[in-house]
Amino acid sequence: MNEITPTREERIERLQGMGCKRKRVEDVRFVQGKGNYVDDLKLPGMIYGDFVHSPYGHARIKKIDASKAKALPGVIAVLTAADLKPLSLHYMPTLAGDVQAVLAEEKVLFQNQEVAFIIAEDRYTAADAVELVEVEYEALPVIVDPFKSMTKDAPVLREDIKDKTDGAHGKRKHYNHIFAWEIGDKEGTDSAIKKAEVTVKELISYQRVHPSPLETCQCVASFDKIRGELTLWGTFQAPHVIRTVASLISKIPEHKIHVIAPDIGGGFGNKVGAYPGYICSVVASIVTGRPVKWVEDRIENLSTTAFARDYHMTAEIGATKDGRVTALRVHVLADHGAFDACADPTKWPAGFFNIVSGSYDFPVAHVEVDGVYTNKAPGGVAYRCSFRVTEAAYCIERAMDILAQKLGMDPAELRIKNLIRREQFPYQSALGWEYDSGDYHAAMKQAMDAVGYAKLREEQKSRQAAFKRGETRELMGIGVAFFTEIVGAGPSRNCDILGIAMFDSAEIRIHPTGAVIARMGTKSQGQGHETTYAQIIATELGLPADDISIEEGNTDTAPYGLGTYGSRSTPTGGAATAMAARKIRAKAQMIAAHLLEVSEYDLEWDVDRFRVKGNPERAKTMKEIAWAAYNRVPPGMEPGLEAVNYYDPPNMTYPFGAYICVVDVDVDTGVVKVRRFYALDDCGTRINPMIIEGQIHGGLTEAFAIAMGQEIRYDESGNLTGPSFMDYFMPTAVETPKWETDWTTTPSPHHPIGAKGVGESPNVGGVPCFANAVNDAFKFLGSTHIAMPHDNWRTWTVAEKLGLHG
Amino acid sequence: MAKTHVTMKVNGASVEALVEPRTLLIHFLREQLNLTGPHIGCDTSHCGACTVDLDGKSVKSCTVFAVQADGGEVMTIEGIAAADGTLHALQEGFREMHGLQCGFCTPGMITRAYRLLKENPKPSEDEIRHGIAGNLCRCTGYQNIVKAIEFAAAKLSGATAREAAE
Repeated sequence: MNEITPTREERIERLQGMGCKRKRVEDVRFVQGKGNYVDDLKLPGMIYGDFVHSPYGHARIKKIDASKAKALPGVIAVLTAADLKPLSLHYMPTLAGDVQAVLAEEKVLFQNQEVAFIIAEDRYTAADAVELVEVEYEALPVIVDPFKSMTKDAPVLREDIKDKTDGAHGKRKHYNHIFAWEIGDKEGTDSAIKKAEVTVKELISYQRVHPSPLETCQCVASFDKIRGELTLWGTFQAPHVIRTVASLISKIPEHKIHVIAPDIGGGFGNKVGAYPGYICSVVASIVTGRPVKWVEDRIENLSTTAFARDYHMTAEIGATKDGRVTALRVHVLADHGAFDACADPTKWPAGFFNIVSGSYDFPVAHVEVDGVYTNKAPGGVAYRCSFRVTEAAYCIERAMDILAQKLGMDPAELRIKNLIRREQFPYQSALGWEYDSGDYHAAMKQAMDAVGYAKLREEQKSRQAAFKRGETRELMGIGVAFFTEIVGAGPSRNCDILGIAMFDSAEIRIHPTGAVIARMGTKSQGQGHETTYAQIIATELGLPADDISIEEGNTDTAPYGLGTYGSRSTPTGGAATAMAARKIRAKAQMIAAHLLEVSEYDLEWDVDRFRVKGNPERAKTMKEIAWAAYNRVPPGMEPGLEAVNYYDPPNMTYPFGAYICVVDVDVDTGVVKVRRFYALDDCGTRINPMIIEGQIHGGLTEAFAIAMGQEIRYDESGNLTGPSFMDYFMPTAVETPKWETDWTTTPSPHHPIGAKGVGESPNVGGVPCFANAVNDAFKFLGSTHIAMPHDNWRTWTVAEKLGLHG
Repeated sequence: MAKTHVTMKVNGASVEALVEPRTLLIHFLREQLNLTGPHIGCDTSHCGACTVDLDGKSVKSCTVFAVQADGGEVMTIEGIAAADGTLHALQEGFREMHGLQCGFCTPGMITRAYRLLKENPKPSEDEIRHGIAGNLCRCTGYQNIVKAIEFAAAKLSGATAREAAE
């Protein structure tokens, strides 16, 4: 050989495998405007769907007159519940065991509920026709406050189930009650709180928000009458689940349904569920025989599909006088809107809210959740978090701060005192989880050192004194949050969606030249899967990432998977990828042994090749083995080099982090300026540090949006106040703070590559960190808990109530 | 609805077409000209995903009628790279500095940054942040978008791009 033999390090570098900041493969098309999103799709004969919405929050439908709309040139049909009912499609099952109206039948239950579906030649005509449908309503009393749902004289919201005493999760207490769920030791907790030297109790509400990815929900349905086959392109975070649900609802055999999720413009939980628009588009295509496109506009997005949170949590902590926590009790009133369309694993009506004991060593705890109906949009999705985990983190992190205040302790000191210790892992939480790994104290120390925590507190003290002397009108707040996430749903023993276990999958095929195609059951919406999965395979198989294509989103070609949400891609899909690669490597080892005429046990793996132990010159590279797999396999062995793996994780993964934020609050304007935000994340093994950092920036920005301004608000009559980007807070580059990121690495002991998932951590930790910072600014003046969002008006109001405006 | 005849230059090529007077420029570009780079994100001209360049200015093409562009010169993301396919410094910068994730805001963001750098070839970080305030991104938190634009500004002025951005 003439070529200079590359060193081991050079060979590793050439692979662009795990741990390197590989540039993203996806970007090449995105920066040139050549992404392929649903609305970019154009099919011959394609027509358009659009909804008529209810202006009322709660009303009886007396009459729908679509004659004027139907008479408009270009209008093909108008669907109402009356058209769907004979097909039993006027209701659809939800992932939470409830049903949801596809088109309102007798009543509308929330403002902007879908009432009729127009099908027209183009979108302008469809929009014109929407205005021509005349609907007569009789207004009914409205419930927007979940605390009023279960009163004695509350109006019946769901007439379709009013006599059902059993819901999907047991007995219902009231006709507007959905479920009650409890976990933990009630007796032990009650008694520990009774005996506690110190207790705190606070109603901590997490307002209703919406994920609002920049691309709204949309689909194109195309039914081929000759073949009896349906192709459905859509913004689906879980394309296989959509296929199964579509088959169960439509009765079209599952092999005759082709679901394709092309490039997706952000998801954040908004694109997990099935929506009326998908069903109506499918029906419309079957009826008309033409492809039908449906694209939500932004108001529809914010007002109909997939709200998040609306969790009203009453938290109580018992503790000793010196600050050791002894018990945690939480009651949650969960506002699910008009239909229970939560996208949680089926057995978990409150998601994984029982992570609410957080990062602390609570000896005993008890949680109860009541879900109720209101006249609001359905949803309850996990907006950039695992199921109800951000609610839990906000609850415990606020409650810990409130306890610290009562004890007169520094919030960081209180946390350090109660953090689960390194030697306690794997840690059994009082609420039933087994935390896999962590070194919380090290992370906390690193964070406090990085920001100079003690100095910050000193500065705060002198500024408080200056404020009291009237020398400044600014308050300084320091927010501390230490969060533990629970992601990667999940083990089949306790996680399924409609009976399908929440595994995920990977199929890897090595071509004769050593080039690779791999397909996964997950689906990127911006996470960069095409880049990172290839890095895992590159390291596992010693083939360059640039020679590996990753394909997702086509249910005909990808192995079945449960999709991408709840930070599950790396914990499940990433694990499946590593396991499939290892199957291939095991076969490759046998082929290499055959080629080198040694026993396979005499071989060892070396970056990109198998070499003979003690004689490293004798080796076969993976590329050579790939070629041989198609012409020189050992006698009796099947040719080819490919594998598929369906990975059922033994446990969830538990990423964690320590965040510290410094804010300056102008008491006269209510403006909260974020001076500094430091985020330390531990997501286990890091696959691509560049992508991790990018996801943390993005998640922190979404946390900032939620904590500082986002709210989907209804007035007393059930009217949405401001469901567009004019009013719903979307931070621009100007108000978005600058982020400092840091990390520790504690691999997950049960994951094949030790990775835990990261995309949602910054939202989970960020929200309470901002909230704690704002609260911290005011607490020396006697304020205990200020509800989110901390927009200028609310913050100003707090100052006003504290008498700071003279 | 009666249609109106329009002619304009789009990415350097002359086009003529019949459009309804109410047709928005974004729909004309995406559906009649198949230029699907610019996107629709909000309908209220807040998000900037539909940003294109019209007669030397950034416009949100969801708030401009196609007839208003009659006789004008339009440039979309598809017209930013060189004729031989070489990426523009901004396109390179966005990839180098990880200035995008889902890619949905990216065409509008790059097209906006293109005009920003024409108006102000050496913007400060603050000027960049204000200069792109009409374009929303839900994924990146903007920090790396700012770096990407700094990268491009440096490259276009002949400096060592990466160092300037970092």
